[in-house]
Amino acid sequence: MKDVATSTIVKVVCRRLVPFVQIFGLYVIMHGHSSPGGGFQGGVILASSFMLLVLSDGLETVQRRFSVAMVTIATSTGVLLYAGVGVLCLLLGANYLDYSVLPSAEPRSLGMLVIEVGVGITVTGALVSIFYDLLSFE
Amino acid sequence: MNYLHLVVTSLTGLLLFLGSVDMPNTGDPKSAPAVHVSPRYIEDSLEETAVPNMVTAVLADYRGFDTLGEAAVVFTGAMAVLLILRTRREEQ
Repeated sequence: MKDVATSTIVKVVCRRLVPFVQIFGLYVIMHGHSSPGGGFQGGVILASSFMLLVLSDGLETVQRRFSVAMVTIATSTGVLLYAGVGVLCLLLGANYLDYSVLPSAEPRSLGMLVIEVGVGITVTGALVSIFYDLLSFE
Repeated sequence: MNYLHLVVTSLTGLLLFLGSVDMPNTGDPKSAPAVHVSPRYIEDSLEETAVPNMVTAVLADYRGFDTLGEAAVVFTGAMAVLLILRTRREEQ
């Protein structure tokens, strides 16, 4: 799918929608604590914004901004961040993924936020990576 | 060889089916999880974790190790697609 969308409606609607979709995705990730949501859901919403951008502007334009290498790095960074929090808890003298020793007023809440962000990065990266692979496969 | 696969799959399915017979009924108030774990989450999760969303508290804190596995599964899926599709493209 090398060609860009030719319909003006598709182009304009996709471009206008993308910032709102991305803000909503970030909101869902960050507010996983207090409202329905979390890393998995927010990551999917974020990834869908990149798919919309591919629809309106074509694969090559999007890959210039969010390259294949960056997507792959993001996919692994999220899991690394998650596992890193666990190791940090180990280093601070608690069990693996026992957030209660993190330096904060509400340590378990903080730990959950960090791992939700990690999950969000992984899910975004994984979905965009699969999307890129499927599109460039001939 | 294909018959062996059929036998192994059928046996595994039978084992899983037999295992499911012992599972508690859906919504049974006297089942083990409803008696031991759920009340603890419902009553203490806000106090212990300072997170109002109980689902997130269970998912990310009490069952944090499980969610780490889920993230790893998503990661592995992306890597599998990458390996299959990108290596084939290079072969052509």
